[in-house]
Amino acid sequence: MATANTTANAAGLPWRPRALIRRARSGDEIARLITLAFALVVVLLAVLLVEQLWINSAESRRHFGLAFLWSRTWDPVFNQFGALPFVYGTLVTSALGLLIAVPLGLGAAIFLAELAPRRLSDSLTFLIDLLAAVPSVIYGLLGVFILVPLMRTPIQPALKRTLGFTALFQGPAYGIGLLTAGLVLAVMIVPFIISVSREVLLAVPSDQREAALALGATRWEATWKAVVPYARTGIMGSIFLALARALGETMAVTMVIGNNPRISASLFSPGYSIAAVLANEFSEATGNLYLSALIELGLVLFLLTFVLNGLARLLILLTTSRGSTVHT
Amino acid sequence: MSIRKLIGFGLLVVLAAAATRAQAQNINAAGATFPYPIYSKWFDEYHKLHPKVQINYQSIGSGGGIRQVLDKTVDFGASDGPMTDEQLQQAGFKILHFPTVLGGAVPSYNIPGVSAELKFTPEALAGIFLGKVSKWNDPAIAGANPGVKLPAEDIVVIHRSDGSGTTYIWTDYLSKVSEEWHTKVGRNTSVNWPVGLGGKGNEGVAGLIKQTPYSLGYVELIYAIQNNLPYGLVKNASGGFVKASLAGVSAAAAGGAKSMPDDFRVSITNAAGKDAYPISSFTWLLIPAQIQDAAKKAAIKDFLAWMLTAGQQFCEPLAYAKLPQEVVAKEQKAVALIQ
Amino acid sequence: MTLRLFWRKSVNALMLSLTGLCALVAVSVLFFILGYLVYHGGRDVNWDFFTKLPKPVGETGGGMANAIVGSGKLLLLAALFGIPVGLLGGIYLAEFGGRAVPFVVRYTADLLNGVPSIVIGIFAYAVMVLPVHHFSTLAGGFALGVMMIPIVLRSTEQFLYAVPRSMREGAMALGASKWRTISSVVLPAASRGILTAALLALARVAGETAPLLFTAFGNRFWSPGWSQPIASLPVMIFTYAVGPYEDWHEQAWAAGLVLLGLVLITNIVVRSVLSRGASPHRS
Repeated sequence: MATANTTANAAGLPWRPRALIRRARSGDEIARLITLAFALVVVLLAVLLVEQLWINSAESRRHFGLAFLWSRTWDPVFNQFGALPFVYGTLVTSALGLLIAVPLGLGAAIFLAELAPRRLSDSLTFLIDLLAAVPSVIYGLLGVFILVPLMRTPIQPALKRTLGFTALFQGPAYGIGLLTAGLVLAVMIVPFIISVSREVLLAVPSDQREAALALGATRWEATWKAVVPYARTGIMGSIFLALARALGETMAVTMVIGNNPRISASLFSPGYSIAAVLANEFSEATGNLYLSALIELGLVLFLLTFVLNGLARLLILLTTSRGSTVHT
Repeated sequence: MSIRKLIGFGLLVVLAAAATRAQAQNINAAGATFPYPIYSKWFDEYHKLHPKVQINYQSIGSGGGIRQVLDKTVDFGASDGPMTDEQLQQAGFKILHFPTVLGGAVPSYNIPGVSAELKFTPEALAGIFLGKVSKWNDPAIAGANPGVKLPAEDIVVIHRSDGSGTTYIWTDYLSKVSEEWHTKVGRNTSVNWPVGLGGKGNEGVAGLIKQTPYSLGYVELIYAIQNNLPYGLVKNASGGFVKASLAGVSAAAAGGAKSMPDDFRVSITNAAGKDAYPISSFTWLLIPAQIQDAAKKAAIKDFLAWMLTAGQQFCEPLAYAKLPQEVVAKEQKAVALIQ
Repeated sequence: MTLRLFWRKSVNALMLSLTGLCALVAVSVLFFILGYLVYHGGRDVNWDFFTKLPKPVGETGGGMANAIVGSGKLLLLAALFGIPVGLLGGIYLAEFGGRAVPFVVRYTADLLNGVPSIVIGIFAYAVMVLPVHHFSTLAGGFALGVMMIPIVLRSTEQFLYAVPRSMREGAMALGASKWRTISSVVLPAASRGILTAALLALARVAGETAPLLFTAFGNRFWSPGWSQPIASLPVMIFTYAVGPYEDWHEQAWAAGLVLLGLVLITNIVVRSVLSRGASPHRS
């Protein structure tokens, strides 16, 4: 028998069941189509973005080929363009940022997830989430007026005196440069590492921790030897996420990096990142090849962040959705 | 329900306000930072005289001015480096150059402990920017400044990071006085700098010089004056050391004014004449010869007429030199070319 | 107590304090930023700042009234574009979707979320500025809206999922169509979460500078309508901070304080509301 009849009658509705269901269904259908359309807008935007990047960089890709990626010259006068100085600057500053932010962030995350009392952990996490909300240009502001003079006068000369024998800390101390940019990035990505690592650590099943404690481990030993290794892939994911964020960071970096497309071993020297050169030169690139080369740089940045983000999510997913399978 | 009504009402109010404001004539322009102080003064004064006309000028550098004019995203542009033939051809539509003021680019420096005015030879300047002269007490600099104790510190070279007409003027000068610079780097609004830090706009370079000890950079004269930055004298083509000033810039323009081509594109760097300041230049407004919108066209033409007459009085207080009379006369005729 | 045990206990205490120190350092950065901005910016936040237009270059005084209103207009546009797309798309994912389409949509939303803001600015320039030869408030609002969409989408989906099935089933048992169920029962239940997520997304894009550089461009005057370039707080901060004039620097601090204040207050309020509402909803 028609179950539709039964349902409608049970509700005690006066309308004829079939007509009602038809009306309800068509309303649903419209709703489904409308929401589907909006969901597809997202896909459309993404496709359009990639298409625009691809098409508008065509001239540069044709002209320079793959050699664009390892070419050192950036010369608008003679129309020679290469991505290497910017890739170098982007990678060096991001690596520096990670080097400083990861130990700090991981330490804080471990404290918040495992060692701190619950209420303290909650309020501190709240505050650190606020740090993640601070706009980039504010970091740039503080970088220019506080960090740069600090680097120029006490810090960089001190580094030069103590570690100046390495190629890393030679050259004049401008205050502005790769090292300063790396420091600013570190401050900006620490909140991400903390919050994601904390989530990942909290997702570790408690039997891991309890087993270790039952065997007589101290709290630290239980954390470091049982919980953290279990969450290792997730923590890697958080690092990748922070790295992707650092790679694309524009304003704070362009205000303190020195804006010179140079490749130098010294961390004191000015450099240039992909995002910074785009911010500075995009609205004024005359000449189609120049503009196309800049957009190709944008494409490179996009691909870098795309791959990293994908990896990050995969790693985090692997950790947080795992059941209590034994980790080898 | 009531929240929705409130939001709807609010939107209506905003839209209404937006609509009424739309009565004003909005003209968008962009380009050189070199003349930004005088342009912002002019547009402000003109707006006081004609409250309905708002000329919104964004100083993004001459390279930006040229590019935005080519893309037609602004109504007119501004540049200290005249557009090249290729760029004009790339436009596909006619663009007119209108000189507005004269200015000079000065070598400005920040040397703790040295308050004397330094003298720079062309060789010294080229050497510094090529990276060959790397210390302040190098003979190339010390030779021209006997009696000044220069420190044995590295020179922090500061240049522009954005596409700049001031860069064009500076590299134009260096290309004229140094064959090595000409072949190695060349002249353009944006070049492959051998050394140095990049600052955004004249404002950014001035800011960097101010904050960085032992630095040397090039900025438009008014930026050095407004920010109390010391700037040096430069040896001109006739052999004398000249400090940038209105007189020096005007002297440099004197020769160029007489032989001014019809399209107003001329370079007056390294000009002859004993009082001429060698790193001087005109700066131009880049205006399309054909403007569709009649109201905008009228406003722009009116502004040009005002700029050439009443506007010139604002130049000297801001350390820009007025246009020579011959040039003004020629330009007034050229305004009619805007259709 | 054996030596080994003593050692282990000391390491435990040491690591507790070290990691605690890390957390403290991270948090103190926040207070340092806030304190410094209040100290520096607080001096220059005056009535002029909120009401006057910028003065010509080199002259002191003036304010950022147009930038404050400009940021407001840009955010309004961003919300108008980003929230409906994110909300309705999220509804589809949570309520209607099958396997393939939601997977693709989630994937591309994550992709958009990870795109650096400067690349989004280039994208907006290519599709909103170039075709019409015009910098505009619309282009800037579009760029910011695109950045909001992934955040609103994922949050909507999450909060809708969190609504208990029993509520849906109850509604459908009473004969409501799927759409009625969603609009009258599920959405209101999730509304607090979705609203807060939308506000968080707004606060996030309020501070974005890079996408506005080539879309909204900048304006020294009031920007009428929606198709003219417009000033905004973050871009003004950037321009003034890298300039040489002391007066500009002071205004940059003031603007930074206002911007940060707005962003932080929004975040604090929203997050408090969210965390308080984490307990199960009474039906």
